[in-house]
Amino acid sequence: MKILVCITHVPDTTSKIQFTANNTKFDTTGVQFIIGPYDDYALARAVELRDQTNGKLTVLNVGEAETEPTLRKALAIGADEAIRVNTFPKDSFFVAKQIAHYAKEGGYDLILMGRESIDFNGGMVHGMVGELLGIPSFSPVMKLDLDGTTVKMAREIEGGKELLEAQLPLIAGCQEPIAEWKIPNMRGIMSARTKPLNVVEPVAADTQAEATGYQLPPAKGAVKLVDKDNVSELVKLLKNEAKVL
Amino acid sequence: MSILVYIEQAEGKVKKTSLEAVSYAKALSEKTGEGDVVAVALGTVSQDELAGVGSAGASKVLHASDERLNAGVIQAHASAVAQAFEKVGAKTIVLAKSSLGDAVAARLAIKVNAALVSNVVELPDTSAGYKVKRSIYTGKAFAETEVTTENKILAVKKNAVDLKTDGVAASVEGYEVSIPDSDFASKILSTERATGEVLLPEADIVVSGGRGLKGPENWGMIEDLAKTLGAATGCSKPVSDLGWRPHHEHVGQTGVKVAPSLYIAIGISGAIQHLAGVNSSKCIVVINKDPEAPFFKAADYGIVGDAFEVVPKLNEALKAEL
Repeated sequence: MKILVCITHVPDTTSKIQFTANNTKFDTTGVQFIIGPYDDYALARAVELRDQTNGKLTVLNVGEAETEPTLRKALAIGADEAIRVNTFPKDSFFVAKQIAHYAKEGGYDLILMGRESIDFNGGMVHGMVGELLGIPSFSPVMKLDLDGTTVKMAREIEGGKELLEAQLPLIAGCQEPIAEWKIPNMRGIMSARTKPLNVVEPVAADTQAEATGYQLPPAKGAVKLVDKDNVSELVKLLKNEAKVL
Repeated sequence: MSILVYIEQAEGKVKKTSLEAVSYAKALSEKTGEGDVVAVALGTVSQDELAGVGSAGASKVLHASDERLNAGVIQAHASAVAQAFEKVGAKTIVLAKSSLGDAVAARLAIKVNAALVSNVVELPDTSAGYKVKRSIYTGKAFAETEVTTENKILAVKKNAVDLKTDGVAASVEGYEVSIPDSDFASKILSTERATGEVLLPEADIVVSGGRGLKGPENWGMIEDLAKTLGAATGCSKPVSDLGWRPHHEHVGQTGVKVAPSLYIAIGISGAIQHLAGVNSSKCIVVINKDPEAPFFKAADYGIVGDAFEVVPKLNEALKAEL
């Protein structure tokens, strides 16, 4: 079985978000980049499924050279090979076109990625790739098991979940608790250095909704503390000042 | 020309977030002159319920009553909405961000060759081009997005506009969809949904508990407070990881992102990953016995005190007032 996992290269969840160049660029000063947390869940499950089926696991990122350490980390976690599509990920549609092209070329049975990237939070690339390839897409998937070519999944919905059954090939946007994150061990880190990381050129694709400028939310005022023995004061404030009751 | 709104239903009731999307579309049409608002509803829903969508601003509801569409079969819903889009001759589709909405919108964007913008927080700026403000970095920033296609899909975040309730009943018109069998090849075997409760992602008030509550057996006071307020209950990641509460209640970076009018955090320290899930709330109240808890920095109101003392008192005070 051939599995493709698409990963994003995103700022660590604890990063301070700031912009530069007149609010047109993300400020990478002091920011550590990681595999997207949701992608990390997808990757962890993919490693298990690769082992279970004796298959092959390819990991792909659409990004420029600075994303290679992130791809190497995915190799250290257990992917067999990596592909970097050498271009800046301009918008979701542009990225989906790149993934669809290389996914088609590779003929994968199962394509996994995170439910959304934690930078732009669009949560749409998996669905777009599914439609472009003409295969079913599911998200957010919190459980995924294989039974031959049948895939049994649980998809989170508001206030609960849906249990689903579908046939390969398919694509899924993943989230916890699909698998436990895997920490690379020393052997993984050593072998990652020699595993293939292929750099390929992007295919021509339009952009449809590019970000042109950024803003930070207005700063929050200081907290108003209410004495613990005077909780009715809080009720009054919520009612009359905040007007949320 | 019209603006199309994809509305979701659960057990025959139109979701409130979908009604908000209708109100967003109505405000958008008034701004851009794109004509009236047509909602598209799929599956079994009563005529009265559909006509009621008019109150939020729709003048017409297209209804495909095929009962195979009752469940949220992603591909089939995308095909059905694409057909409504062609039929109406719309250029813009509006929908509420949700588990199903996101999944359907992505496929729909490819089907109708539309740019999809998600997490939209206000009406677009159409003074020069078509610029849409969206929430990014899990609510820690906003991006201005330049949309360059003729067809557009806007997935609207909760509270982007106020829900309108003063519209007149919408006309309801059936429409035939022709959906290939292959769209139904994936089967939804069952749906497990908490019933009779306020759903967390859609709630207007959320009461959340953290590890400070010491154990699942102490959740009664969270539930009591939520009941008084008509609120949904949530929890922090450790609480869901420990199995004290189900995963769908986990609020945070990798859990549910909420945007209620009022968020009450009890016994939650306020790790940055938790804050990422609540930073779109209008008003945040923090109750924690540790005055140094980082959550106080993100709060509008706070009480430094033991949750086991403060919460029952707060519940009584609210009952007296509401």
